[in-house]
Amino acid sequence: MSAAPGGRRSDSNEGSGRLFELPPELAIDTEIARRVIVDFIRNQLRQAGFTRGLLGLSGGIDSALVAFLTAEAIGPKNLLCVLMPYRTSSSESVEHAGLVVDRLGCASDLVDISPMVDGYFGRDGEPGAGGVDAGEAGPLRRGNLMARERMCVLYDRSVVWGGLVVGTGNKTEALIGYTTLFGDSACAFNPIGDLYKSQVRQVAAAVGVPEAIIRKAPSADLWPGQTDEAEAGFSYPELDRLLFWMIDKRRTDEELVAMGFLAAAVERVKRMVAISEFKRQVPPVAKLGPRTTGVDYLYPRRRPGSARR
Amino acid sequence: MQPVRIALAQLAPRLGVLEENLTRHRELLTEARAAGAKLVVFPELGLTGYQLQDLAAEVAMRKDDPRLLGLASETKGLSAVVSFVEEADDHRLFIAAALLEDGNVSFVHRKLFLPTYGLFDERRFFAAGDRLRTVDSRLGVKLGIAICEDFWHLGVAETLALDGAQMLINVSSSPGRDLAAIHEVGLGTAVSWRTLMRTYAQLTTSFAVFCNRVGMDETISFWGGSEVIGPSGDTLFSAPLFDEGLYTVDVELGDVRRERIGLPLLRDERPELHLRELRRILARRTGLDIDEASEPSDDREAGPPGSKATGGGEKRR
Repeated sequence: MSAAPGGRRSDSNEGSGRLFELPPELAIDTEIARRVIVDFIRNQLRQAGFTRGLLGLSGGIDSALVAFLTAEAIGPKNLLCVLMPYRTSSSESVEHAGLVVDRLGCASDLVDISPMVDGYFGRDGEPGAGGVDAGEAGPLRRGNLMARERMCVLYDRSVVWGGLVVGTGNKTEALIGYTTLFGDSACAFNPIGDLYKSQVRQVAAAVGVPEAIIRKAPSADLWPGQTDEAEAGFSYPELDRLLFWMIDKRRTDEELVAMGFLAAAVERVKRMVAISEFKRQVPPVAKLGPRTTGVDYLYPRRRPGSARR
Repeated sequence: MQPVRIALAQLAPRLGVLEENLTRHRELLTEARAAGAKLVVFPELGLTGYQLQDLAAEVAMRKDDPRLLGLASETKGLSAVVSFVEEADDHRLFIAAALLEDGNVSFVHRKLFLPTYGLFDERRFFAAGDRLRTVDSRLGVKLGIAICEDFWHLGVAETLALDGAQMLINVSSSPGRDLAAIHEVGLGTAVSWRTLMRTYAQLTTSFAVFCNRVGMDETISFWGGSEVIGPSGDTLFSAPLFDEGLYTVDVELGDVRRERIGLPLLRDERPELHLRELRRILARRTGLDIDEASEPSDDREAGPPGSKATGGGEKRR
């Protein structure tokens, strides 16, 4: 790769003992990113008529970064972080979420989703609301339900808190479809959805997210020892680079292979992106009338009269 | 000549809220006047916001709209460039920039190039203008007014300069993007615009005034960075990125003469050559090749070795 790393200001990630691997072509100006994102959060809330926001804080880097940026945008007193562990969640997750809450001095709420999840899938041989079959559900069904229960809790809490749900999904997971539709991807707006995981790490380091959170292996924490990278079969820096050249820089498969990416990896990632297209779009509406939402009725989300209050 | 003070209104319009934006323009005109400015430049669609989509028709004004005339009435002793959605008599909608002077709407430029690619969708909602003219101003120089994408097409600045413009004014709503750390100012869009404005100023030996908005419409953020470049390509002023504000800068209009005497690029332009070659290119593109014999022939070489006119019979003595 010929792209040179940006060298205008010293990056805390340089030198030995660096926090994470940052492919040079993905390096961004973190000050501008921070400025734009913080303005974005402030604007989205103000234009909707809200001053408060809330988010699900998992203990991972994505939600930690969004918590930091939201606190910066609207002040920590206007931010509620909701911790929603399941009984098998790693204790480190809750610990790391606690670090963020302590550092920011924002409000937090702990909701154990185990009774909700177990209530459906059953527990200890007792069937739940999902029936006997649900008891045999594998990790996919379980993971999806957990993500959606968390969404339910967040949207319920948003009424009490009087704020909007701030999204915490990054660009890498959105592109490969490593999200649960109407689960973790559900939000009022998403400040980091155009940042690859490597860039999330870069901005997180710049805004002071605790090192322990930046350093640890990303995980959906759906079962003990699970990591994103083991599940996807790629390291994030590798995957981010491939997605960046494929999507942002419009390189063809042949060009990607010539750049040194494995043909099989190119093929696989391309497929992941294609089959998850539906997760990134609003569900289609059959065109019948003269003017159809999303087709030929096109208004900005935020326009005169659109604010709730 | 006395220096002239220019005010750049790097504002953040409220999307679709015409009345509020009109009020903001009035306030800034007052502020600029108090600061001694003679020319106040507002950004593209500063009166309406940019990402209008179907709101465009709802905020459109005719150029004799009382609201626009009301704003114009606040320009006694001033020149101001403001931008809005113009509805024509035949109900086409244009992205327009108006020159307001001494209480009148003295000129309207309709955006010529409507980006409809990438994150842009202008052609869906607007008609493209088809007149490119300079306008005399009370400042004593001709102005060449253009809107954003107009300056991503080479001929525009040149045509304005040939038509007598001594000051090129570009009003923009440029969405910031590309944060790659390799850029000198951290934002790819800003680097591109800086390059363009310096190039136009230098090649046309004119002042180049760039006013770009700030704030956000929906998902896109506008980066400001308004600038004034002198006729030799020197940066007279650069506003900060993203910060809202009214920025003033003093310019010596006499610099244009000095520069053009010392560096007579404009004198040496060859518009007749452009015209001839453009006619030929246009004929070829439309399949109506003209007889190349109608070109002036002379004893000079037709071109560098190896260059060869395609199509049509070559006639040489």
